[in-house]
Amino acid sequence: MQFFRLLKYAGKYKKYLILCPIVMIGEVVMEMLLPTITANLIDKVIPESAASGNITRVLLYGGLMLLMALVSMGFGMAGSRLSALGGMGFSRNLRQAIFEKVQKYSFKNIDKFSTASLVTRLTTDVNQTQNVVMMLVRMAVRSPLMMVMAIIMAFRMNSSLMPILLVTVPILLLAIVVIMSKAFPRFQIMMKKYDALNASVQENLIAIRVVKAFVRASHEKEKFEASADDVTATQRAAERVVIWNGPIMQILMNGSIIALLWLGGGQIIGGSMQLGALSSFIQYVLQILMSLMMLSFLFVSFVLARASVTRICEVLDEEPEIESPENAETEVEDGSIVFENVGFSYSGDASNLVLEDASFAIRSGETIGVIGGTGSAKTTLVSLIPRLYDVTCGKILVGGKDVRDYDIHALRNQVAMVLQKNVLFSGSIKDNLRWGNENATDEEIVAACQASAAHEFVQSFPGGYDMDLGQGGVNVSGGQKQRLCIARALLKKPKIIIFDDATSAVDTATDARIREALRKHMPETTKIIIAQRITSVMDADRIMVLNDGRIMDFGTHDELMQRSTIYKEVFTSQQKGVA
Amino acid sequence: MPPHGPMKAPAKPKNAKGTFKRLIGMLSEHRMKLLLVALCIMVTSGVSAFGVYLLQPVYTMIGDLAAEYNATGVMPALTGLMRLLLAMALMYAASIACSYLLNRTMMMLSTSVLNRVRKQMFHHMEDLPIRYFDQRTHGEIMSRYTNDTDTLREFFSSTFPQAFSSLLSILFTLFFMIRLNGWLTLLVILLMPLMMMITKNIGARSGKNFVAQQKAVGALNGFIEETIEGQRVVQVFCHEEKAMEEFGKRNEDVRVAGTRAHTFASLLGPIMNNLSHCNYVLVTLVGVIMIITSRNNPDSVFSLSIATLLAFLPMIRQFSQPISNVAQQFNTIMLALAGAERIFDLMDEPVEEDEGYVTLVNAVKDEQGRIAESESRTGMWAWKHPHQDGTVTYTELKGDVVFEDVTFGYVPEKTVLYNISLYAKPGQKIAFVGSTGAGKTTITNLINRFYDIQGGKIRYDGINIEKIKKDDLRRSLAMVLQDTHLFTGTVRENIRYGKLDATDEEIERAARIANADFFIRHLPQGYDTMITGDGANLSQGQRQLLAIARAAVADPPVLILDEATSSIDTRTEALIEMGMDSLMNGRTVFVIAHRLSTVRNSQAIMVLEHGHIIERGDHESLIAQQGKYYQLYTGMFELS
Repeated sequence: MQFFRLLKYAGKYKKYLILCPIVMIGEVVMEMLLPTITANLIDKVIPESAASGNITRVLLYGGLMLLMALVSMGFGMAGSRLSALGGMGFSRNLRQAIFEKVQKYSFKNIDKFSTASLVTRLTTDVNQTQNVVMMLVRMAVRSPLMMVMAIIMAFRMNSSLMPILLVTVPILLLAIVVIMSKAFPRFQIMMKKYDALNASVQENLIAIRVVKAFVRASHEKEKFEASADDVTATQRAAERVVIWNGPIMQILMNGSIIALLWLGGGQIIGGSMQLGALSSFIQYVLQILMSLMMLSFLFVSFVLARASVTRICEVLDEEPEIESPENAETEVEDGSIVFENVGFSYSGDASNLVLEDASFAIRSGETIGVIGGTGSAKTTLVSLIPRLYDVTCGKILVGGKDVRDYDIHALRNQVAMVLQKNVLFSGSIKDNLRWGNENATDEEIVAACQASAAHEFVQSFPGGYDMDLGQGGVNVSGGQKQRLCIARALLKKPKIIIFDDATSAVDTATDARIREALRKHMPETTKIIIAQRITSVMDADRIMVLNDGRIMDFGTHDELMQRSTIYKEVFTSQQKGVA
Repeated sequence: MPPHGPMKAPAKPKNAKGTFKRLIGMLSEHRMKLLLVALCIMVTSGVSAFGVYLLQPVYTMIGDLAAEYNATGVMPALTGLMRLLLAMALMYAASIACSYLLNRTMMMLSTSVLNRVRKQMFHHMEDLPIRYFDQRTHGEIMSRYTNDTDTLREFFSSTFPQAFSSLLSILFTLFFMIRLNGWLTLLVILLMPLMMMITKNIGARSGKNFVAQQKAVGALNGFIEETIEGQRVVQVFCHEEKAMEEFGKRNEDVRVAGTRAHTFASLLGPIMNNLSHCNYVLVTLVGVIMIITSRNNPDSVFSLSIATLLAFLPMIRQFSQPISNVAQQFNTIMLALAGAERIFDLMDEPVEEDEGYVTLVNAVKDEQGRIAESESRTGMWAWKHPHQDGTVTYTELKGDVVFEDVTFGYVPEKTVLYNISLYAKPGQKIAFVGSTGAGKTTITNLINRFYDIQGGKIRYDGINIEKIKKDDLRRSLAMVLQDTHLFTGTVRENIRYGKLDATDEEIERAARIANADFFIRHLPQGYDTMITGDGANLSQGQRQLLAIARAAVADPPVLILDEATSSIDTRTEALIEMGMDSLMNGRTVFVIAHRLSTVRNSQAIMVLEHGHIIERGDHESLIAQQGKYYQLYTGMFELS
């Protein structure tokens, strides 16, 4: 079972997980012996002592019982500590394993899981699993042992009263099975409705401006009311079943007490049993029923956690698509790029290519512009260069060698990419920029920011380069964020740098300043610029025109103006009116 | 945009008493049900204490019968015992019925209260001003619907009735214990302070450690969200090792804090359990001594029978159990109160104010050109303006927008727009250009009164917009915003958002205008394709096209396009523009764009910088002026 597979992640915390049930045994044994000793005390020792007036044996018994209580407390406390150590250690290791696995994922793997689902797996699902593990180590041995011991002790005390269990236990089991099997699907429906409710709140938070702009608050309220009523109705349907649990348990426990008082009472009157024994026997029977109940809880939480366990296993089982080969190349010679009949499909299906038959060569140090409509595969094409995805057919050479022959990190350190959907992280601006180069000096950082036209506004911030960005870089505007992202990439001093629509929120003049700075400071570096604005690419050495996954043309601005209708069309639509 | 406030950590309630009162107040309309619940609890806790107490007469009777049999050798009649047990059975049956009734009532009650809380919270939230959402993270608001509501559910459905039941159980048991034997009861009570002290001590430590754990978990989850969100960047920068290391540190913090919190939380069980064992032993010892002395001296005040001792012993458990329960329930109640307080905070937040009294009505024009209100939809709209003297005037809705010397800041100390004046005649296209942060988006947010201005006036068809009812004002404007947001539902439903009673035909026509029709038809289920997770299954460009179609179907006199075409390639944009031209015909349009090709054919272009309009005019005149616009537009030529 998947669950037990996950248990191996306990690692060095395994010893706690094993020790905990053992310690629990100690607690159970003490707890189970207590009623027998009490019965003995009451039935034998007390009458004898009362008769003789000598209470030394009573004191002895009392001392023994106190000692047992203390020992049991010690075991119980140790059990608490061990289960906490083991459970939290287990979840720590499991979380670490999932996180490290995700770090090994390629873009394709990440595409498969959504960001939100990966976060849920790392948080909620791990917690669920951890709770079950902690419950398991405390209960899995304790409850059955308690049950078995209670049965043995009760049997030794009075075997003729045992048949009462033959009535109560099957009824309890049947009730548990019926209730669980009815409630479980109802809870699942409820959870779905609950998710939908939360999703609608989330949606309203994200799109509050749209709701307000279109005056749709009452519309949204109606939708929410329906959703909230759904949750309430399904919740009631599920809980209506579950609340039978209590009464059934009470009927069985109280019924057992009365039956035992009647039957046991008769035996006492007949002289074959004593009062103390009956009182202890009742306690044993109640304990048997309780531990059965506990076991059913354990079973239920096990089943409930199954979904979480499956989701975690999915992440752990996912094979990273892209890994460094053995004896990998670690040096990237220069910034030259060659595409040879490259085809690519996100699904790996060669008959349905997003990018088809791409062949071209770029010299080291060239500046290349890439333009094309939405869905023309611009981003796809450049993503293949730092091997964010593997080609479906054909091959790509960087610095004269196949990208698949390089050590992944060595390749990506030399091929910097400024992504379209870029992010900054919490921490200071300086911390963020150092992502590009951990050991960058302050001078290097300032130089990179000057080149990306970021230095000016960074200096205007309170704290300058030490200003905290907040989670997700919320404290800077879109255009400022893009410029910081560029600076971060520049600090890598790569042999190839790719800008994927990286200046869309930057105004034209600043955009031009950045390109000029690149030309001046990074003459050796191959620069690939994807842009919507034609002004961003027209001064490039060569411009690639993409359409619908094919390279339509590749040449200088002047050449393209002569022969490419697409290029000319875009140019005139954007540039008309300029003198 | 103003920065988000810091995340609030879950804390103790600030005003526990007031919040508790208000929470109980929510139950006031269910008074009869509550009474029923209280009665049921009294029966169940009374019976459970009385049941244990009854053991004494049962044991005594059994003992007497055994003695009789022993003495006479004749089996005595058991009818007395049978009657006693039957009475007990009946009592238990009644108690079980009550407990079922109690659970069921509490379940219905708690679900309906929760239902009301959710609805009230959502209703209130929808009416809050944009400013409220600016100042908080989504997660922070979301947690009121999830975590806080969950603790509230726990409170209503179990903690609240259980705490009541525990208190009653303590009282009932105490009563029966005293009836059984006063001296032994005294002994049990003497040990109470010790148990209370331990409970309180461990409870406090556990609470403190749970807060510490929550903090560590918060830090870890924040890191997880951020890193996974930026996973692609992590890979591009080969930052995996660093990320794992950072993660490991936070993960270990959670482990250490979590181990402490869980240890303390689960310590209470075995400690209380075994303390009650010790109590049990002490009572047994003292009891035995009392039995022995009473045998030697039957008239002693300390006299005790074995049957009484046997009935007394389970009472100890009956007594100590609810005491340790109350301690734990107290913690849960505090958590629920803290949660309730956050929920009430949201509900008490002042809603968006609206003092407007000018409304938008359907109108007809008679032959003399006079405007009158109409019941039915006429396609013509008018502002209904009631005056103080009781007269009502009607002004045709045309889309004439005037800014007079408008000054604005998100916070009073920091002005972002200075003395903005502009005139947009019906049917004109007004464009705002300028670098990021110059205040372009802010201007459009003032027209629809997402924010209120601090100085100057904005007039719409000659009426100060502060006099217009906000809903009606916004209904007369359609916006396509910088960030496109869609809703769960079909493509058709999403377009219909602009006009709820739009026919399928109107929707498709709007889609054609926005040039979205073509790609929609290529989706797996066409117009009935489901959009999930804010349109994650569509490209950015496609989402923008849908947002434009959504605005087109609303068919208002004024359009606001905020970077509406930034993610659409120039060729597609050109196609949209053709459609837009027909849509914009006769409408006032405000356009914000970085791409100057989009704004070129505007009647007036405003160049903004640092909150000031520094240049205005049409494209030709601005180019001729060779100022900032010229620089922006031709930036590239100058530098190369």
